[in-house]
Amino acid sequence: MAKSAILKSSLAKKYWMALTGLFLCLFLAGHLAGNLQLIFGNALQFNQYALFMTTNPAVKLLSYVTYISILFHAIDGILLTVQNQRARPIKYAKENASANSAWASRNMAVLGTLILVFIVTHMVNFWAKMHFDANMPLQTIMIDTGGGKQELYLTTDGDYLPKVRVEQKLVTIKNRTEFYDTGADVKIKDGYKDLHKITFAFFQDAKYGLIATIAYVIAMFVLAFHLLHGFASAFQSLGANNPKYNGLIRSFGKGFAIIVPLLFAIIPVYIHFFAK
Amino acid sequence: MKLTLKIWRQKNAKETGKIVEYPIDNVSPDMSFLEMLDVLNEGLINKGDDPVAFDHDCREGICGMCSLFINGEAHGPDRGVTTCQLHMRMFKDGDTIFIEPFRAKAFPVIKDLVVDRSSFDRIQHAGGFISVNTSGNTIDANTIPINKHDADRSFDAATCIGCGACVATCKNSSAMLFVSAKVSQFALLPQGKVEAADRVLNMVNQMDAEGFGNCTNTGACEVECPKGISLENIARMNREYLVASIK
Amino acid sequence: MSLDSKIPAGPISDKWTDYKNHINLVNPANKRNIDIIVVGTGLAGGSAAATLAELGYNVKAFCFQDSPRRAHSIAAQGGINAAKNYQGDGDSTFRLFYDTVKGGDYRAREANVHRLAEVSANIIDQCVAQGVPLAREYGGLLDNRSFGGTLVSRTFYAKGQTGQQLLLGAYSAMNRQIGRGKIKMHNRHEMLDLVIVNGKARGIIARNLVTGEIERHSAHAVVIASGGYGNVFFLSTNAMGSNATAAWKIHKKGAFFANPCYTQIHPTCIPVSGDHQSKLTLMSESLRNDGRIWVPKSLEDAKAIREGKKKPTDLSEAERDYYLERRYPSFGNLVPRDIASRAAKERCDAGFGVNKTGEAVYLDFAAAIERYGKDQARIKHLDENDMKLVKKLGTEVVANKYGNLFQMYEKIVDENPYETPMMIYPAVHYTMGGTWVDYNLMTTIPGCFSIGESNFSDHGANRLGASALMQGLADGYFVLPYTIGDYLAPDIKTGKISTDLPEFVEAENNVREQLNKFINNNGTHSVDHFHKKLGKIMWDKVGMARNAKGLTEAIDEIAALREEFYRDVKVPGTLDSFNQELEKAMRVADFLELGELFAKDALHRNESCGGHFREEYQTPEGEAQRDDENFAYVAAWEYKGKPSEAVLHKEPLVFDNVKLVQRSYK
Repeated sequence: MAKSAILKSSLAKKYWMALTGLFLCLFLAGHLAGNLQLIFGNALQFNQYALFMTTNPAVKLLSYVTYISILFHAIDGILLTVQNQRARPIKYAKENASANSAWASRNMAVLGTLILVFIVTHMVNFWAKMHFDANMPLQTIMIDTGGGKQELYLTTDGDYLPKVRVEQKLVTIKNRTEFYDTGADVKIKDGYKDLHKITFAFFQDAKYGLIATIAYVIAMFVLAFHLLHGFASAFQSLGANNPKYNGLIRSFGKGFAIIVPLLFAIIPVYIHFFAK
Repeated sequence: MKLTLKIWRQKNAKETGKIVEYPIDNVSPDMSFLEMLDVLNEGLINKGDDPVAFDHDCREGICGMCSLFINGEAHGPDRGVTTCQLHMRMFKDGDTIFIEPFRAKAFPVIKDLVVDRSSFDRIQHAGGFISVNTSGNTIDANTIPINKHDADRSFDAATCIGCGACVATCKNSSAMLFVSAKVSQFALLPQGKVEAADRVLNMVNQMDAEGFGNCTNTGACEVECPKGISLENIARMNREYLVASIK
Repeated sequence: MSLDSKIPAGPISDKWTDYKNHINLVNPANKRNIDIIVVGTGLAGGSAAATLAELGYNVKAFCFQDSPRRAHSIAAQGGINAAKNYQGDGDSTFRLFYDTVKGGDYRAREANVHRLAEVSANIIDQCVAQGVPLAREYGGLLDNRSFGGTLVSRTFYAKGQTGQQLLLGAYSAMNRQIGRGKIKMHNRHEMLDLVIVNGKARGIIARNLVTGEIERHSAHAVVIASGGYGNVFFLSTNAMGSNATAAWKIHKKGAFFANPCYTQIHPTCIPVSGDHQSKLTLMSESLRNDGRIWVPKSLEDAKAIREGKKKPTDLSEAERDYYLERRYPSFGNLVPRDIASRAAKERCDAGFGVNKTGEAVYLDFAAAIERYGKDQARIKHLDENDMKLVKKLGTEVVANKYGNLFQMYEKIVDENPYETPMMIYPAVHYTMGGTWVDYNLMTTIPGCFSIGESNFSDHGANRLGASALMQGLADGYFVLPYTIGDYLAPDIKTGKISTDLPEFVEAENNVREQLNKFINNNGTHSVDHFHKKLGKIMWDKVGMARNAKGLTEAIDEIAALREEFYRDVKVPGTLDSFNQELEKAMRVADFLELGELFAKDALHRNESCGGHFREEYQTPEGEAQRDDENFAYVAAWEYKGKPSEAVLHKEPLVFDNVKLVQRSYK
């Protein structure tokens, strides 16, 4: 009884929603901290961060938990919604739901679906490129060498590698980021995938940059509403409801739901309108 | 007052129903909502029509028999009242009022506005009790002192009248407020703690089997509950269930 | 047929114990072979069904509501008495016994009342063990309050919802047994006849109110716990569905009906507001602990208030008549219900009524708010002469105690009772009369028991506040389970009762015929039309004050109305479907007979006692004048085809332990 209860019962589904939801809130906070480097940091810092996020084993583990959480949160949410729809086969002719509940709380499934769509597009735009795109550029800098300009690859050991050496086939790039001495076939350095460049290009694109920026801002609105209900709701689902602390949880939840998406939304706006 | 009523009419459980419009005048603001329906029915009977069937009994807000989803809200627009305590002074002359049965898969319509809420009873059969024999050979009532705050909260949970407004009003037709009120009443008392784990598992199990939806914490139930049963109870049940199922 | 009350011999305090020690028992294995039908699932029926099932009997329980939890016991607000003496204020079993006999104006059976007082303490233990959240003090122990008609605090309560909490306790005990399959619950079923086989009650005919199907149910004994018949007045504090049908059907099959005229009129109800009124709402008697009842001293003021020219708060203390405090200085506003009700009627009849209809008096909390406010100010070291502060603090205390009642009042009347006095008027509330039962709670039909409000029971001519819950649970939890075993002991070899017996067939046919008659009647008026008419006759002529002339008229009028009803009632719909009008028609048909017997009983009882007040029999001060020499008996009526032909049987009441005196609360 008890064993199946934790997997199948309506309450268990809610525990999973709450746990995965709260974990995703943590992820959001982390993700935001990283992304803010697009405003406050330089390209190298951002790319170093991106490298760390894609290679560190602990982070890797966390990222798998995140993927699973998103999947679980979505699938569980869909299951719950389907069940909830079935629980009232004949609908009311007249409903006055706004009299007793907040709009966001009644529309979590719609908001969630939109967020899922956003996550997928977002991952196609950046995550997939970062992970799989063979044409992902590596970060370079231009330096003035008196007579002319020279483009150098930044390498993870803090050194530089003139791009011209690659062009002259003295160095070969393997596995997308590794620099090999062509003759000796020995790895000499690692480069940085230039996510920073990709991101700026995406939002500054002459044709689609504005649309992308607007779409991202809208997505953050959707996220804000989802969090507005979801954050405090998760605590209720897990049984944390004590009049002494409810105010705190709710205020924090509200703050989180507004500030986090707001900061996320500022980034594309900044890139599109204000950054060079 | 003159009103237009749009009432769900359904001959029996098998046939499909529809909204039928009835004009009514000479409604006094001092009438209760059900007295207004009495007047309507008196007129229908005199005309040779079938009167509108609706559940009601005590007409003082305690038996939980009356239901009705009025203008989109369980027990109508007033707060802290059942339909029988709703007075016509809450409406304006010329208003159109929708009157529908409490809707949920677990509350099938019997006729017109009458629904079958025996699913609530079955949840109670599954565990809504303390397994003590009624022989009277028990300990003296004052043997176990009970913290007044717990006793009061237990009482607050126990004031649930089982009307089903929580289910009717919940967009998911969830019965969580009802079930959690019973679970909480006993969980807060020392005599109820003994079988608290079995109780919550069994009652939730039955609740799920009856086809109620899931709680999404919209809080609508608490607002529409005529007895103001608190959402805290749902959280308590979530807690109780969590502990009971991982133990 | 002579009445044998079967009261055990011996001193009153030993009767019940001795009785229990000597009755026949049914062994657990045999209980499995015995079926018991319980009709009604209120405090009495619910507790009986649960206990009998727990003992091992197969119980079939019936209620007309959609769940046992909705029985009208749920509406009892104030509390439940028990001789626990937790307050150490001198309470005892004897004192509870004495208060109840005295409160009942010496028309109750001593032995039954003593048994009730004995088991009362057990009820509280039981309910607490079941998880009933009774009110507690900060120390964690149970709290008590005092109630009308007593000088001790013995009333246990759960805010203003004691009945609800106790019923949910009994309901939970039932649920446990339903879950175990020992109770087979029949919701939305109405008993329409009793089946007697070889002189014993062996089953019932019931209608499934959802499908309209007529069903036969057999058992070795039938327990009626269907409550009182207050709805014979149409307007009462009873639920709309509360009815006398089960009790009346057994009466027609041979159970004597005792003291129908003993009706309790509750003094604190919300007054009638208009013709549309369908029911009256009770405000708990506990309000009289703190509220002061008054009307204006002068007729001019009363008139001005009725016409809306003056407000009650405009009247100074000197212009108010606190008539209960004036007439009954020692009990004041806490006199028993019958006395408080009559006093209100007396003032209103004399022209001092305060609402549009002239039928209302004030229940004022201003003094209590001030008193509590000053207490609080002192406790908190604040200025007790700051009237604004005092009012605020006092209002908080009063809201804490009676908040839900005040809120209920405001919703109904649309006036704020913290600011202006409440208006109240007496309304029919409880019926002390009912089916006659012996000490075993068995009616004059062997195997047919009657418990709770449906029997004539333990309250005599007037019931004290907080005693109905006590009696219902005492009967169901602690008395019937013993007495029914004694009756069933010889029945262990009977085996299953077949529902194909000719008695079942005949009873079903009779029921079907009556139902069909209504369906095919094609009259012109609704059932409610007749019910309201009956109620008006009852209230005007058989109500709070009765006289021979009025009663004689009422008897004729009710008989005529009954005839008109059968000729002219219109019942839409069909027999085999959910049909609320048909349900009502069956109930009103019974009320139309019961009302007549009621008036006949009132006419025959040439005295005033408790809830029965005959204008011809009163003391010079207007108090009830009993006639112990000629009327110290239970009037048990035997049905003989028509209420007018009912035959009176007398069970003399012997008082060995209580001295009969003029009841005084002065």
